[in-house]
Amino acid sequence: MSALDDVFARCRAEERAALVAYLPAGYPDLDTSVAAVRAVAAAGADVIEVGVPYTDPLMDGPVIEQAASQALANGFRLAQVFDVVRAVREAGAVPVVMSYWNPVLRHGPDRFAAELAAAGGAGMITPDLIPDEAQVWRAAADEHGLDPVFLVAPSSTDDRLRMTAEACRGFVYVASTMGVTGARTSVGGSAAALVERTRAVTDLPLCVGLGVSTGEQAAEVARFADGVIVGSALVRTVGEDPTLGRLRELTAELARGVRR
Amino acid sequence: MNAPAGRFGGFGGRYVPEALVAALEELDRAWHDALGDPDFGEELARLHRDYTGRPSPLTEVPRFAEHAGGARVFLKREDLNHTGSHKINNVLGQALLTVRMGKKRVIAETGAGQHGVATATAAALMGLDCVVYMGEVDTRRQALNVARMRLLGAEVVPVSTGSATLKDAINEAMRDWVTNVGDTHYLLGTVTGPHPFPTMVRDFHSVIGVEAREQILARTGRLPDAVCACVGGGSNAMGIFHAFRDDPEVRLHGFEAGGEGVESGRHAARFSGGVPGVLHGAATYVLQDDDGQTRETHSISAGLDYPSVGPEHAYLHDTGRATYAPVTDTEAMDAFALLCRTEGIIPAIESAHALAGALRVGRRLTEENPDPERPPVVVVNLSGRGDKDVDTAARWFGLVDAEDLVEAEQLKADEPVAEAEGSGW
Repeated sequence: MSALDDVFARCRAEERAALVAYLPAGYPDLDTSVAAVRAVAAAGADVIEVGVPYTDPLMDGPVIEQAASQALANGFRLAQVFDVVRAVREAGAVPVVMSYWNPVLRHGPDRFAAELAAAGGAGMITPDLIPDEAQVWRAAADEHGLDPVFLVAPSSTDDRLRMTAEACRGFVYVASTMGVTGARTSVGGSAAALVERTRAVTDLPLCVGLGVSTGEQAAEVARFADGVIVGSALVRTVGEDPTLGRLRELTAELARGVRR
Repeated sequence: MNAPAGRFGGFGGRYVPEALVAALEELDRAWHDALGDPDFGEELARLHRDYTGRPSPLTEVPRFAEHAGGARVFLKREDLNHTGSHKINNVLGQALLTVRMGKKRVIAETGAGQHGVATATAAALMGLDCVVYMGEVDTRRQALNVARMRLLGAEVVPVSTGSATLKDAINEAMRDWVTNVGDTHYLLGTVTGPHPFPTMVRDFHSVIGVEAREQILARTGRLPDAVCACVGGGSNAMGIFHAFRDDPEVRLHGFEAGGEGVESGRHAARFSGGVPGVLHGAATYVLQDDDGQTRETHSISAGLDYPSVGPEHAYLHDTGRATYAPVTDTEAMDAFALLCRTEGIIPAIESAHALAGALRVGRRLTEENPDPERPPVVVVNLSGRGDKDVDTAARWFGLVDAEDLVEAEQLKADEPVAEAEGSGW
């Protein structure tokens, strides 16, 4: 059993969805990002996706794109992602990394996997690496006991849903809508339909991302998904309130949402 | 699991969000269907002939060639195409595919504006909505091309994220595409990006090399010793290289933007300063730092100012079939001036990099084989015309004095006028 298997089993036993929080490493600076992951872990996040800031984040909307730019401008270096992963682990949540492929490729996929595992990371989500291109990463993840997590999208065919789910461990990242990351007023319909289609091909936990920003939406998604992923809305509160008070409040609201 | 699609050795592939895979497969199918449909081929050929003005001429330039060590130099005149560059070849093909797929909207990225203008042109011709993403820095520098696109009915969206240049315009176009992929085709302007773009765009441009090969055989009775082209993303180069790929006696030379010199760090020479990586959906050479972050680039030529390069070029580089070398801003501008003065042809600054490279290649070939009875033959792809670059060139050569510059800046402040149009992307 991996740490991800454990946490989803525990949430299932509690008859609730997991709260999966995304925060970029190094935003707005390294120390604040470490404090931020501790804050969301304390406020009820079960899994924390530690984002790797990248110069060309083409899957991300303006909030995360700007956070990445600021982190890089403030001197973020790739190896610092492991410091943040370690902080998540120490705070009692399950850390996974979310990274575009090129930083990992440049670092060396096997070396990255080894260092991530050593820091206590449970796996990695790869927004621009589909299983078709992931032989190298999957081998590295296998070698170091990490869970590879790939995305499915509303446009995925049933064949691709099956192929992608088979390549995942830990959970499957269900991208609720066609589009980039960012808060949306509605995430309902297409997400539920895609979760249903994905359930038909896998027993893995399904976590829904893209667009959730309130406790109300979290509760809505928690009715049909095993995990609720929140990113841009959390990242925005860090920018607006670097004392992290609003981050704690929103995380607590979301944690109540997944328990409704 | 599916086999990796669209590989050139270890390069190429599809490093994209899952959400785009369905659209890439739809595009791949539509393209292959079209290849099997004689009506598609006839329609594209008709547009090339009656709209673009193909075949483009092959012009021998003997006065220019006096500076190339005794080689004979021929220019493939893509500069004479409608819209002023080779870009229209690919744009017309993809616009026809857009109509075949039943999509009503095209989006495109552009750096200097040439691909954006070509896309706006084809969209007007075929009745498609058109949105062009352009780095904010470039929209300011290239205000005249922004106006051209708007005259043609396109919406131009300035992109202010990241470095606010071409690579960021591609990011923004990808974001639009992933959101609107149901009714939108991303009309990518060069031979990079996820499969099938590198192969498809190359094939739409391969008409350049097919014509050039026939023309040079007709004129000289033999194949050229070398073919030269500038390489930004690399579409004009792939277009002319492709027809010569199985002629081992023809050397293929790509010239990248050396900017202020590779040692200065201010350049866009991917094969001198880059390493294999992934950018914008393709595995290829990328200018990046030790953490895999994309590095900023510099070139006097907006169309070559890009941190990555088409994956087939990466393959041709690694296999040694083609060679790539940087050309500095200064060398390119010297070649620009030389062609103007000796032949009465104003090239795009992008294409001037190929001209500078051809001078080197001609001299080297002559040294290697000094036979006055059989001078080396060099074909250069003159990918674009330089009317648009007049302002940049005038400043470079000091052809406008300080008072003119002050007055021009005043006019600019009152009413935006282009500093340069650019001719690449």
